[in-house]
Amino acid sequence: MKQAMTPEEIKAQKPYLDWSLSEREYNYIADTLLHRLPNYTETGLYSAMWSEHCSYKKSKPVLRLFPNKNARVLQGPGEGAGVVDIDDGQAVVFKAESHNHPSTVEPYQGAATGVGGILRDIFSMGARPIASLDSLHFGELSDPKMRMKVQNTVKGIGDYGNCMGIPTVAGETTFDPCYSGNLLVNAMSVGLMDQDQLQKGVANGVGNAVMYVGAKTGRDGIHGATFASADFSDEHATQRSAVQVGDPFMEKLLMEACLKLIQEHPDWLVGIQDMGAAGIVSSSAEMATEGGAGMELNLDLVPQREPNMSAYEIMLSESQERMLLCVVKGHEADVQKIFEDFDLAAVVIGRITDGHDYVLHHDGQVVCNIPVTTLTEDVLEEESEEREPARLAAARQAAAWLPEITDAGATLRQLLAQSTVADKSIFFEQYDSMVQTATVVGPGSDAGVLRVRGTKKGLAMTTDGNGRFVYLDPEIGGKLAVAEAAANIVASGAQPLAITDCLNYGDPTDPEIFWELHHSVLGMAAACRAFDTPVISGNVSLYNENNGQAIHPTPMIGMVGLIRDLAHVIPMAAQHAGDLVYLIGHTGNDFAGSELQKMLTGEISGALNDFDLAATAATQRQLLAAMEAGHVASAHDLAEGGLGVALAEALFKTDLGFKLGLKDMPAAQLFAESPARFIVTVPASHQMAFEAALGTAARQIGEVTASHWLQATLKDGQLNENVATLQTTWEEAIPCQLKSKA
Amino acid sequence: MKIAVIVFPGSNCDRDLFNAVNDLGGVAEFVSHRATSLAGYSAVLIPGGFSYGDYLRAGAIARFAPVMTEVIRLAKAGYPVFGTCNGFQILTEAGLLPGALKQNLSQRFVCKTVALEVTNNRTPFTSHYQAHQRIDLPIAHADGCFFADQETLDRLEDNGQVAFRYAGENPNGSLNNIAGVTNAAGNVLGMMPHPERAVAAVLGNTNGQPLFESLFATLQEAH
Repeated sequence: MKQAMTPEEIKAQKPYLDWSLSEREYNYIADTLLHRLPNYTETGLYSAMWSEHCSYKKSKPVLRLFPNKNARVLQGPGEGAGVVDIDDGQAVVFKAESHNHPSTVEPYQGAATGVGGILRDIFSMGARPIASLDSLHFGELSDPKMRMKVQNTVKGIGDYGNCMGIPTVAGETTFDPCYSGNLLVNAMSVGLMDQDQLQKGVANGVGNAVMYVGAKTGRDGIHGATFASADFSDEHATQRSAVQVGDPFMEKLLMEACLKLIQEHPDWLVGIQDMGAAGIVSSSAEMATEGGAGMELNLDLVPQREPNMSAYEIMLSESQERMLLCVVKGHEADVQKIFEDFDLAAVVIGRITDGHDYVLHHDGQVVCNIPVTTLTEDVLEEESEEREPARLAAARQAAAWLPEITDAGATLRQLLAQSTVADKSIFFEQYDSMVQTATVVGPGSDAGVLRVRGTKKGLAMTTDGNGRFVYLDPEIGGKLAVAEAAANIVASGAQPLAITDCLNYGDPTDPEIFWELHHSVLGMAAACRAFDTPVISGNVSLYNENNGQAIHPTPMIGMVGLIRDLAHVIPMAAQHAGDLVYLIGHTGNDFAGSELQKMLTGEISGALNDFDLAATAATQRQLLAAMEAGHVASAHDLAEGGLGVALAEALFKTDLGFKLGLKDMPAAQLFAESPARFIVTVPASHQMAFEAALGTAARQIGEVTASHWLQATLKDGQLNENVATLQTTWEEAIPCQLKSKA
Repeated sequence: MKIAVIVFPGSNCDRDLFNAVNDLGGVAEFVSHRATSLAGYSAVLIPGGFSYGDYLRAGAIARFAPVMTEVIRLAKAGYPVFGTCNGFQILTEAGLLPGALKQNLSQRFVCKTVALEVTNNRTPFTSHYQAHQRIDLPIAHADGCFFADQETLDRLEDNGQVAFRYAGENPNGSLNNIAGVTNAAGNVLGMMPHPERAVAAVLGNTNGQPLFESLFATLQEAH
C-alpha cells in the first residue's frame, strides 16, 4: 500500500495536528532529532509515542513529586506494574489503569478491555493475577442513558474478569453529575509471584528474536493513545473506531501460555511486554530502549486480521490480547511449541540489532528508520502554566455551610438511599469474587482480603477516590484520598504497603486544571510519606471533559496491605452483644463536600479543614498493633455519610444493635465527614489493653446490644432506628432506581 | 486412586478443584482436553469456567474435545463423574445428564452464597451429608437455570435424581429449584454450586467438604 502523503506534503498540510502532535514538536523532530523530514509512518509513530498517554510529557514534572521507594519496593514505576516484597521470597505485583475515554464512548467494550489491559500488565511481570478491583464514577442514575451505561460497564468488567477466572474482590462506585459526559472507569489488578520470577520489558542481545504472540492485528483502536489525550465534544462523536474489542477467552489462553513460558523456561526469555496503548510501536520501542538495543521488524510477518493494512495501521493498532517477547536466539521454535499447545500464534517478526536504530520494513520498503530513543526518551516535556482556581479563594472567604438536622433518623434513612452510599451488591454480584478460592473478605467491605496459600499471610486491597474533596481543596483532598485508602486497609487488620494510582483530571492546558493536578499530587505525596506507602505504579488520564466541562479532579488510590496472620483479619460488622464501641478520631463541623451537603443542597461547596497526617498515621499504627494483639472484634472506617452511615453499615447483616451515648454531639455531626475516623468494637475483657494501646485517640461511646436497633442519645435529640428497616432502605435504593422507567 | 481434573481451554476452576481434592487428602491430577485415555483414573471431575469461551453455548464445544470420549466411557462403566458449573453444562451437552442449563432469569451473571438442601444423600458424592441437610455453597454463573420437560422432571423426582435443591432464594429460575442432578445410575453428578470453594475454614465455609469426603469413601469402598 502506498503511503498517503510524502514528507513534504506532511510538512505543508500538517495532518499531525489532528493526531495531537504540535507544530513545535514536529519541527523539533525534523530539525533537531532527525535532521530530515519524517515520513508518513514515522510521523504517526511520533504522534502516538509523544502523546500524553504514552509519554506523560505534561504530567512527568508532577509525577516526580511522588515517593516511589522503600525497603519493600522491588520494582517502582516504569515497568508493566510495581512489585513489593511480602516476605518468604514472595512478592505482590499491582497496577491500576484508566479506561475512561473508551468507556465513555462504548461502556461495555471500554470497561472489558480496561480489565484485559491491566491483567496483561500483571502477567507480563511473571505474576499470576489473583484479584481485580475497580473504581467507577458515573453520572446520576436518574438519567436513563446513564443507567444503561452503568449496567453495560458492570457487564463489561464482569464478562472479562469472570471468563479469565480472576476474582473481583473490592472497588467503589460513585455518582455525580460531573461524570455524566465523561465516565471514569479505573481498573486495578493484583498479582502474586515468587521474587525470582520477576520479568521485565526489555529487549537486547544482537540476533535475539522479537516474537509476536496472541491475537491478530486489526484496524481497531488505531490512535487510541492520542484519543485518550484529547477531550470529548459533540463534534467528535464518531471516534468509535478508536475503541478496542475484547476477547477474554483469547486472553485466558495467552495468560496461561505466558506464565508457562516464564515459570518453566525463564532462560529462553529476555523480556516480555504487553502491547497496550500504541500497540506494537510502544511495546517494541520501550523494550529496545530499556535494553539499550536497536531493533529491526518486518511488518509483513505480523499476523493480520484484515487485508491491506498500512504500516501505520499495523504499528498503531490497539487490537487486544497481544504480547511482545524478546526470545534468546535458537529458542524460537521452543517458544512457538508452548504457544501452539494453547492454539496461539507465536511469530518471529524481527531481530535485535547492533546500535540504536529502529527500522521497520513493509512491502519491500523501509518505512521507518529512526533512533529508537527519539520515540521514547527525547519527548519534549511541556512546561505547564498553572493558576489557583478562582473558586478556592472565594470558598475560603465564604461562611461555612452548616446543616440544620431536626430528625437524625429521617436524615440517616435518606442518606442510606443516596446512590453513592447505597448497597452496590446488584453490581458486584455480577463479578465472580470467589474463583481461585482465596477470598477471605469479598466486595462490600472496607477492603478485600485474600489468603496467600501455603502461608498464614493475607493481602488486603482497596480503591478510593473522592473527587469532591479534591475539587474543594486539591492538596487536602489529595491527602484525604491516601488517608482514606490507608484507613480501609488498616480497618481490615493489614499494614499498608504501597499504592498505585490513576490520576483522572480535565484538560491540563487549562492553568486551573494543571494547578489541581499539581497540588493534589503534593497532598498525595505528603500522605504517601506519612503512611510509608510509596507509589509503585499508576497512570494519568487527562482531558476528561465533555463540551468544555471538566470532571472533578479525581485521583484514584489503589492500596495493598499485608496481614501477617489471617487469624487477625478484622471484620467490618459488629460481632458480639456486650462488646464496647469506640470512636477513633475527632469529629468536627466537616460538611464541605459531604454526602449530606450534596443531598440537602444539590451541590458541594466550602473549604476543607486540614488535618494532621503524622498523627493520623500514628493512630493507625496504634490501632493495627491493638488488632494484631487480638484486642479488636470489628472495625469500620468512616467515609461518605459519616458516623451515622458507618454505624448502620457495621450492623447490616447481623442481628445486633448499638446503644450509644453521644451527648456532646449535635445531630448534624452524625453526618459530618471529618477525616481519619473509625468505629471499633472491643470485647469487654480487652477494654484496658485496648485503651492502653490507643490512648486518647479512642473514646468509648457505647456498647453492642442484642436487639437489632441503632440507638444514640445526642446533644439535641435521639436516634432510634430499626436496623432491619435501615438495611432494606439501603439495599433497595439502587435496584429501585435501575428499574425506574422514567 | 487418582482423580482426574479435566482442563479445557478456558477452564478456570481447574486449580480450585485440584487444590480441594489434594488439600482434603485425595490425589488429583490435571488431564488435558486432548488426552485420549483416562486409564488409571478412578473418578473424573470437570471444573467450572468458560470452556472455549462459552462461545456458541456454554459447554457446547467442550463436548467434542477428544477427552470426552473417555469421560463418556468411564461414566457408562459406572465410575464417579462430577461436573460443577461449566462442568455441569458440559455434562448435559454431552448427554450424560438430563436437562439443560439456560440463561439465568435475571439475565445477569450472579455470584453469591446460596442456601441448598441435600435432596439425595445416597449418591457417591453426597453420602457424607445428612438426609435433607441444609448447607450454604457459593454460586457463580450466567447460565444456571435448569430446564427439562415435565416428563423428564417427573422422572428425575421419582428416581431421586435431584441431588441438590435451592432452599432459599432460587438464584437463576431453575425448575423445581434444582441445583444439581445425577444420571439414572447415580454415578454422574452435575451441579451449579461450587463445593470446591467451600472446603477451607479460613474462607468461612466448609460445607463443600463432605462432597469430596463422600467421593473418597466411595473410591475406598470400590477399591
